[in-house]
Amino acid sequence: MSTDKQEREPLFSAKNRKLLTNPLNIDNPITVQVLGICSALAVTAKLKPAFVMSLSVIVVITLANLIISVMRNGIPPRIRIIVQLVVIASLVILVDQVLKAFVYDVSKQLSVFVGLIITNCIIMGRLEAFAMGNKPWPSILDGVGNGIGYAWVLVAVGFVRELFGSGTIWGFHVIPEAFYNIGYQNNGFMILPPMALIIVGIIIWIQRSRNPELIEEN
Amino acid sequence: MYSNAYIFRYAGLMVILVAAILSSAAMLLKPMQERNEAVDKMQSILSASGIQNVTADNAIELFNDYVVNMVVIDENGNVTDEFKGAGKENSEAFKINLKEQLYNKSVNRGFKLPLYVLEKDGETINIIPLRGVGLWGPVWGNIALKSDFNTVVGVTFGHKSETPGLGAEIETPVFEDQFPGKKIFSEEGNFVSIGVIKGGVENFPADVQRHNVDAISGGTITSNGVNDMLKNVLESYVPYIQKRG
Repeated sequence: MSTDKQEREPLFSAKNRKLLTNPLNIDNPITVQVLGICSALAVTAKLKPAFVMSLSVIVVITLANLIISVMRNGIPPRIRIIVQLVVIASLVILVDQVLKAFVYDVSKQLSVFVGLIITNCIIMGRLEAFAMGNKPWPSILDGVGNGIGYAWVLVAVGFVRELFGSGTIWGFHVIPEAFYNIGYQNNGFMILPPMALIIVGIIIWIQRSRNPELIEEN
Repeated sequence: MYSNAYIFRYAGLMVILVAAILSSAAMLLKPMQERNEAVDKMQSILSASGIQNVTADNAIELFNDYVVNMVVIDENGNVTDEFKGAGKENSEAFKINLKEQLYNKSVNRGFKLPLYVLEKDGETINIIPLRGVGLWGPVWGNIALKSDFNTVVGVTFGHKSETPGLGAEIETPVFEDQFPGKKIFSEEGNFVSIGVIKGGVENFPADVQRHNVDAISGGTITSNGVNDMLKNVLESYVPYIQKRG
């Protein structure tokens, strides 16, 4: 909980900076906390949906963290999960409604993701683990940090899957026609969800071999 | 510690507040959303017939310029309504709820379906709006046919919640550009529709190529949905097409 010392802390103190940077690597929501795997499999067949999804999650997780953190002292612990869900769901629906009215094209892109954002366990995980017990400003930083931590893994997986699965990046062909002429073929397995799991596994492998503190002793 | 009474009050208040916020947002934004949906429908109809550079701003104007007739036909192929004047977005044909009418068809009740007739570079193009089911939700689209009601000019597809990168690929040019030139009637004049098949259309004989396009890898159920949608909707227009001779 808050102390007097915390209130005089500068906005980007070492501790606050850690909230932003830890989720990018040693506390990454996907590769270390292993949350949000479901959406990481579902939307990474192409780079563009992976990017749209990442952006939406960053926005929603930041706003939800802020709202829950403001409300945290009044929320009865016994119904806190329901309160968190209500906040996330209404936030997502509200954003979708506004987009539908003002930027219809964007909302058409997003409509698929609305359900996936609401059920993304990273968002609820951060509300429960962080925003319920911290002040608004650190909660915002934590939300942005975790959102970006989620985003880079999604974009990395989407990049690899689109490049080898469809031979394109962001919908543009990057593998030259000459390759196909000498017998190169797009890997159909890349398009299917299991490949996302394998790529996430490879990312976890690389990350752990570079960060010994992440390796469990057993 | 919070009392039960507090928890009930808290939950009740929260639900009422959230309900009020969401429903007032929905009511306030509804006129704008409906307008956007209508404009989107017009854009889709226009781009199916190959008209380029349609933006949200000029869609209504272009729609009224290009479309010459908004026709409503019934299950026996009779024309029940026509609309040729200005303000075509208010015509009966534009407002028909395809979902309802196709449901009526599926339970063998009478139904009414719209047909949009365009005039582009002196050629008549007939647009038939489509609706069916994909994997997670509805899929829809428009198919543009030449004046012979046989050769495809172009298609556009849309979907509510198909899987991004897989089923959602039906709305990309890669999929849609396969359709122009395909025929919905066989050489003998029997209705065949257009199939979405596996195995690479170019490996099949010419009479199969005439009526089929490639499905999407990893999007089988959506592809089948598009296949069934084309068959189900197009066959409803066969009586009308045959009556015209």
